[in-house]
Amino acid sequence: MKMIKVLFKSIREYTKDSIFAMLFVFFEVIMEISMPFLTSLLIDEIDQDKIAAARTIGFDFTKIIWLSVALIAMSFIALGSGVLSGKYAASASAGFAKNLRKDLFKKVNDFSFANIDKFSSSSLVTRLTTDVTNVQMAYMMIIRTAVRAPFMMIFSVIMAFVQSPQLAWVFVIVVPLLFGALIGIMIGVHKIFRRIFKKYDALNESVQENISGIRTVKSYVREDYEINKFKKASGEIKKDFTYAERIIAWNQPVMQFAIFALNLVIINVGGYLILKNTTIVNGEVKQVLTIGKLTSLITYGIQTLMSLMMLSIIFLMILMSLEAARRITEVLEEQPTIKNPENPVFEVKDGSIEFENVSFKYKADAEKNALENINLSIKSGQTIGILGGTGSSKTTLVNLISRLYDVSEGTLKVGGIDVKEYDLDTLRNQVSVVLQKNLLFSGTIAENLRWGNPNATDEELKQACDLACASEFIEGFNDKYETHIEQGGSNVSGGQKQRLCIARALLKKPKVLILDDSTSAVDTKTDAKIRAGLKQFIPETTKIIIAQRLTSIQDADLIIMMDGGTIIDRGTHEELMKKNSEYRETYLAQNHLAEEGGAK
Amino acid sequence: MPRMNIKGGRGKAKKGTMKRLLGNLWKDYNVLIILVVLCIIINAVGSVSASFFLGRVTSIVEEAVNTVKTTSSIPAEGLYESVRGSLMMLLIVMGSIYLVALIANTIFGQIMAVITQGFLDKIRTKMFSKMEKLPISYFDRNLRGDIMSTYTNDVDAIRQLISQAIPQVISTILTAALLLGVMLINSLYLTVVTLIGVFFIFFTTVKVGGGSAKYFMRQQQAVAKEEGFIEEMMHGQKVVKVFTHEEQAIEDFNKLNEQLFDDMYKANAYANVLAPIIHNIGNILYVVIAIIGTIMCIYQPFNNLTITGFSAWTAASVVAFLTAARQFANNFNQVSQQINSVVMALAGASRVFDLIDQEEEKDEGYVTLVNAKINEDGTIEETTERTGHWAWKHPHSDGTLTYTELKGDIRLSDVDFGYVPDKIVLHNISIFAKPGQKIAFVGATGAGKTTITNLITRFYDLADGKVRYDGININKIKKADLRRSIGMVLQDTSLFTGTVKENIRYGNLDASDEDIIKAAKIANAHDFITRLPQGYDTMLTNDGSNLSQGQRQLLSIARAALADAPVLILDEATSSIDTHTEQLVTVGMDQLMEGRTVFVIAHRLSTIQNSNAIMVLDHGSIIERGDHEDLIKAKGTYYQLYTGAFELE
Repeated sequence: MKMIKVLFKSIREYTKDSIFAMLFVFFEVIMEISMPFLTSLLIDEIDQDKIAAARTIGFDFTKIIWLSVALIAMSFIALGSGVLSGKYAASASAGFAKNLRKDLFKKVNDFSFANIDKFSSSSLVTRLTTDVTNVQMAYMMIIRTAVRAPFMMIFSVIMAFVQSPQLAWVFVIVVPLLFGALIGIMIGVHKIFRRIFKKYDALNESVQENISGIRTVKSYVREDYEINKFKKASGEIKKDFTYAERIIAWNQPVMQFAIFALNLVIINVGGYLILKNTTIVNGEVKQVLTIGKLTSLITYGIQTLMSLMMLSIIFLMILMSLEAARRITEVLEEQPTIKNPENPVFEVKDGSIEFENVSFKYKADAEKNALENINLSIKSGQTIGILGGTGSSKTTLVNLISRLYDVSEGTLKVGGIDVKEYDLDTLRNQVSVVLQKNLLFSGTIAENLRWGNPNATDEELKQACDLACASEFIEGFNDKYETHIEQGGSNVSGGQKQRLCIARALLKKPKVLILDDSTSAVDTKTDAKIRAGLKQFIPETTKIIIAQRLTSIQDADLIIMMDGGTIIDRGTHEELMKKNSEYRETYLAQNHLAEEGGAK
Repeated sequence: MPRMNIKGGRGKAKKGTMKRLLGNLWKDYNVLIILVVLCIIINAVGSVSASFFLGRVTSIVEEAVNTVKTTSSIPAEGLYESVRGSLMMLLIVMGSIYLVALIANTIFGQIMAVITQGFLDKIRTKMFSKMEKLPISYFDRNLRGDIMSTYTNDVDAIRQLISQAIPQVISTILTAALLLGVMLINSLYLTVVTLIGVFFIFFTTVKVGGGSAKYFMRQQQAVAKEEGFIEEMMHGQKVVKVFTHEEQAIEDFNKLNEQLFDDMYKANAYANVLAPIIHNIGNILYVVIAIIGTIMCIYQPFNNLTITGFSAWTAASVVAFLTAARQFANNFNQVSQQINSVVMALAGASRVFDLIDQEEEKDEGYVTLVNAKINEDGTIEETTERTGHWAWKHPHSDGTLTYTELKGDIRLSDVDFGYVPDKIVLHNISIFAKPGQKIAFVGATGAGKTTITNLITRFYDLADGKVRYDGININKIKKADLRRSIGMVLQDTSLFTGTVKENIRYGNLDASDEDIIKAAKIANAHDFITRLPQGYDTMLTNDGSNLSQGQRQLLSIARAALADAPVLILDEATSSIDTHTEQLVTVGMDQLMEGRTVFVIAHRLSTIQNSNAIMVLDHGSIIERGDHEDLIKAKGTYYQLYTGAFELE
């Protein structure tokens, strides 16, 4: 229930359309209910006796004309209502979906890294796309039929009683039976489907793996192996789906059985009842039940059963979209773990950074701290190198500086003030991070660069690119800064991508620049050139460099060695060469011939 | 059961798609299809018969009343009794027809489930089998998302077509034909009137339905655009935050979202209004016919014409006609609902066929790789068991066979290549790799390093020049055997859903668990694997997203170690491994590389220093070659690259 409340908050301006849609459906139903009644009166006018009499004494057209006029008018009203309800339902559901997506997208943009980690980005994509579509479809069904089906059913049964109480009892028997059977089928099928869809998703997942891993498949000559694997999985899905669809297929005959049973009873018992209740007085035939009424009873019967069918389909749709709805609500209800403070500080004084007894864990209930008791003091303008194996929490350490995550214990100060006191945008604009998993977005190079500063002039773009050693290859492109970057930056090389990302980060003119393994794909010469440039042109900026290549950090003012979330040693290159054997070994491993080469 | 999905429309269907789809369906399921059509016919008769029975009961009642009326004027005591026989007869006939129809309907549903799912299974496996055999260039040309969408959305659209639209259309046509018969029996003139009305229904269906289809197509495009944006922004969400780009992203998103709303609203509105319009045209038609019928009955201006000839207009025939006419009109309502799904299914089927029609990777190779036994006199004999020795089996045109031992000697002579014919990216490449040698490629991204390895594995075919493998032109070697003899570790590791063990076993399907552990130890992956929750049986999902990049790389190295091929290609294999781990891996890698011909691509020059030859590539040409010492001495590009880091100190 709470879920529905959360979701329905997104209907907003489309509440009106939703209500109108239901209102017009209501009118449509009224018309559709009344029409068979009038039609039965019309049919009764088309009677051999009346016609025979009419031929001798003249026919009274008044009744038939009035009936016809009324019916045609009602048809038009029904048409109008139907069209309007259809349009309103379309705009209400599309609008609801639009607002849902809007709210979700906005919410995700408020998320912190911790929130995003919790959901994973691909699951967020599904929630914003497929899940919303499912809820939208269910919503459209609901507003179009939630009014129609019950009203239609109730009115139809009432009208059936009006037309012939002696026959209408059959409705009372057939309706609950059919309803029970349909719901039973739906519930059974729903369970099976949930299970199969998981398998189906797994199958598609394996297709995806095959597409992205096609080089691996081909180089190990595993085409036939994969085909057999796929055939087996696909065959299993075929079996499961066939089973489920065979159960669903019972819907039709069950429904038809009900219709046939109704027809059978109405026509035969009806025929009997007509005759039993016919009186002929002085050659004038008087009937309580007429053929016209039988016709309308059949129509009411079909309308009742169709409504039932619709109800059972809505029921299934709601069941199937519940999961989607739950997943959407989960995002909407998620509280961002990092929020702006109440009276934020809007200025970062300088690039000094102070870690005081900082510990951090990704989840509150995690057993082990990812960072343990870090103490580190960095002066503004210094260059810091961080070295450490995978899992040593280097990235974690730097992510705390721009408050991508909040420290669990201790304090972290930038420019002398606790990061939690800054306005988030201010802090993140002053602490520029080039992420390890950096990304370019579809758009031109200039557009991508301007993420760093939307108001940057062409001159500034060029400066930043010069510093990041990116201008050399950008100038080589035909369209220069207007070159289009494909999604994910797939049309530039890894090294080029990294250099563009650095340029983008430089455009912020940050007080702290963090390069998280950002030059791994750049050749050593360019790498050195970039570092030299940074030193020369932005001396005020604190630079933190995480790298695998020792050459990238050996000229740093301070090198920190990390392992298992703690700082195990620190010092300059020379100091570490002397005192730390591991450092020395790494250095030698990377450079054991370099000195020789250099010496020659 | 339809899985709610509105994606899938990217462009229109090719001509002949429907014919081909139906042809395929017929080929596989002709017997079942005949059965299904039979069931549809029976069922159509069943549902049409209601109007018949109504007419029949009308005339029974009339007959009873008339007989009684003429013979007596007593309140109708014996009325029912006089026609009890006829009514019983009606009951029996009705009951039996309904029973048969019911059985037919049940069988129909069961068979349709079998046909639909069976056919989808066939299509899926056909697509997949084809896809696996396509050349790498296909995958380089097409977006992963587009290929995926064919498997999901397009196949789903076909499912709708087969399970719903086609049976619906057949049933509609049959029912319409039957109803037309009923109508003709009752009145030819009124039939003409009805057909005029139905023409109107057709007209609106085409008009409104066409609009709906048009907007559905647009909606698909808008959906694709928005989903692309969402995907990009969700995956780049961390970058968005780092650059405080949230506001801008939301603004851009809202624009796309409004456009999508607009198209979605129109598409759905058109689809929604179709039914009430058609339904009510049917209602009006009904009234018009009722009035005309009544007037005819009263004034009898001319005789009624039926297929049995001219006769007087009777109330019974008009009433019977009306019931049939209403059903006739409503019938088209149901077909109109299927228009969108037909349009989308055809577009989908068109793409499915497009994939199936792609040209497979050609393989004209006839030299195969066989297990070999090397006799003491040096001759080679083919055996069936694994000996650890391999040989190329080379049949010649004169019918003789020669065996060449697999050694891993690879020579490229004057090779030119371009991904597109008029844009050559490799110029005049010559490389000689003797068995056991390590050849390294150095150069900027885009210099052509990976391209060279693509040629050795024949992922692409050269434009000019020759590649010889143990003296045999690789064009003569069967691709599967060629690739089996080359192990590869790529920068983009790809792991498959399955356990760690299964992923390593990918290198050699016959490997025992011990072999796997041995290979993992060589790659230094054993340690971290044993620390995983379920060790070697830990499930990997989502391309191994639960592992770090380095760990994934180690697994793919273990996989190559298990494959035990005489030639290895390492394309940035250690780029994602940190120095510390790399040191561990290096030991294993050295073990792995021993005695094998190795082609290495690496950015970190430290990893390639001990190569027998280093090729420095620039813009598709080899500009320097030699071993590390030679190149350092030469003080060329390599020297600059290598010492670049120190120059600035």
